[in-house]
Amino acid sequence: MIDAPAADAPRVVEILKLWTTFQSPEGEQVVHRDLDLTIRRGEVLSLVGGSGTGKTVLLRQILGLEHPARGQVTVLGQRPGQLGAKGAAKVGMLFQHGALFSAFSVLENIALPLRELKLLPDELIRDAALVKLQMVGLGPQQANKSPSDLSGGMIKRVALARALIMDPPLLLLDEPTAGLDPESADGFCDLLRSLHRELGLTVVMVTHDLDTLFDLSTRIAVLADQQVIVSGLPREVIAHPHPFIREYFLGGRGQRAMEALHDTPAGHAPAER
Amino acid sequence: MPPSAPPPAHDTLAPASGETDVAAPRIERSGGDDATVVAHGSWTALAFSSRHHWGTVSQGLARTSPDAELAWDLRPIEQLDHIGAQVLWNHWRGAWPARIELDSQHKAVLEHVARFTCSAPVETQPTLADRIKSFTNNGPRAMYVARDFLAMIGQLVLDIGTLIRAPHRGPWRDLSGQLYQFGTTALPITALVGLLIGVVLAYLTSNQLRNYGAETFMVNILGLSLIRELGPVLAAVLVAGRSGSAITAQIGVMRVTEELDAMRVMGIPPGFRLVMPRVLALAIAMPLISMWTSMAALFGGMIAADLAIDLSPAYFLQALPRAVPLSNLWLALGKSAVFGILIALVACYFGMKVKPNTESLGRGTTASVVTSITVVILVDALFAVLFKGVGFR
Repeated sequence: MIDAPAADAPRVVEILKLWTTFQSPEGEQVVHRDLDLTIRRGEVLSLVGGSGTGKTVLLRQILGLEHPARGQVTVLGQRPGQLGAKGAAKVGMLFQHGALFSAFSVLENIALPLRELKLLPDELIRDAALVKLQMVGLGPQQANKSPSDLSGGMIKRVALARALIMDPPLLLLDEPTAGLDPESADGFCDLLRSLHRELGLTVVMVTHDLDTLFDLSTRIAVLADQQVIVSGLPREVIAHPHPFIREYFLGGRGQRAMEALHDTPAGHAPAER
Repeated sequence: MPPSAPPPAHDTLAPASGETDVAAPRIERSGGDDATVVAHGSWTALAFSSRHHWGTVSQGLARTSPDAELAWDLRPIEQLDHIGAQVLWNHWRGAWPARIELDSQHKAVLEHVARFTCSAPVETQPTLADRIKSFTNNGPRAMYVARDFLAMIGQLVLDIGTLIRAPHRGPWRDLSGQLYQFGTTALPITALVGLLIGVVLAYLTSNQLRNYGAETFMVNILGLSLIRELGPVLAAVLVAGRSGSAITAQIGVMRVTEELDAMRVMGIPPGFRLVMPRVLALAIAMPLISMWTSMAALFGGMIAADLAIDLSPAYFLQALPRAVPLSNLWLALGKSAVFGILIALVACYFGMKVKPNTESLGRGTTASVVTSITVVILVDALFAVLFKGVGFR
């Protein structure tokens, strides 16, 4: 596990009294009601919740892709969506299906945010993109392939490399390990851990993969009943009596993942490196 | 595990990495003979995305020779990310300087960059032989296209046979939906275009006819050209652009999202459920739209003739049946049905050929529209030659 940052670290994301509503044929549907959430620097926060509780919507609101009906979202001291051309240097996003640009090669995809600055020399950009490509575990021979030639797991890695190209202080991940084989998922966790250590990243992720959840999170926030019903250390969250949490963590899959959590010395020593 | 970066103690909404308070990256020389290079500030992608900061750093590095016996002191650097490390590493030409002092955290970043920096793989350029080979592939490829298209027509005939044998199991709901989509919703646009073409044609010919005093032949010219030729072709071009692209995109998306495979697995033949209803719908809708377009165009022409050469609408309507034999109408209807079938078949063909990626979808839709318009005009020429003796007085 990653150590939690100090309780008074600066706030990276602050969500206050957020309301999200959707228009549906049956009338207005409220997804978030007076939702509050603060994310501090250095945290790895996992958003957990059942289907349709608005986890991805929350990520999109942090990115400024969607606007809440009411309430306020502040990201790095600014309103989301107003980060401008340097946005990639501040917030990185890994979309659920990669969202690679199909017209560009792998390397061009990764290098795009740097290239768009129209400032740095080409050689530096290419080297930096190649470094990121290898950091996510792909060889340089993949650099010239087009996204349509890649497998699902590779697309995800390339998308992660693109999100990381400018080493943004805030990284948002939507289902980062879904569709990855166990080894790749472990590699992903290792990569994220080392990036967190070296660069002091703040990570917000939506995940249903309990292994990743317990492996990386410094804090888990559970979305249910249109609010964050509890947020805290994994063991605090598990102890919460809400029926959703009992079902989610104490069902069959949860039990197995937790066994791994309790074997901490044996289970985590090899992964720490 | 080393603890995370010590955060500043103050609790503030404005982050340390905000726009204004990025510590300016710069390098300075110090020590005896300026033998030590000291780097300050934050060496991050965010800092380098400012033209001013990048200018300072690149000038500073340009003045510092990379290989000399310089000592590097990176300890005053506040933040170093992979881009900053890459700048340094490229400046050192991919080798550690002889003497260097830096924090362990920054060292890890630099080591990452050092380990992974490599030369880019060369993109292989196609040789002349490759180009010739790919050019000669066009022949077999054209054969495959012809074969697949023929197979599609054959499948359509078989499907229609199935439909006739068991009409109660036909996809009638699909058919009526497609009829509405391809036919009814196309009425406003085809009427507008037809009307305008009729007006333009009437105004253009009226000038010429007046020179010869042959104004009454306006009815013959408009009647023949609009009913026999322009109405069907205009309607077909509009429908090819409108419905052809829609069919290709629809089937193509089903292919990208594996819906077609799901249908096959459930034993639902895509030809019977997707291709046939669309072909039948366009075969029925196209003649009707074509007549509608001709009517709108004749109406436009009639109004324009009245305004331009005082040819009264009453005379126009009276003279029209005498000028245009009924066989022209049948020819136009038959032609339109063929256009409709061809547009639907071409669109379905390109939809089925879409590969499961988004780029292929865009290309397929474009190819579908261009091909179906070309095919419509080719077949129209063929009709003109074949029926050159039909429908004239």
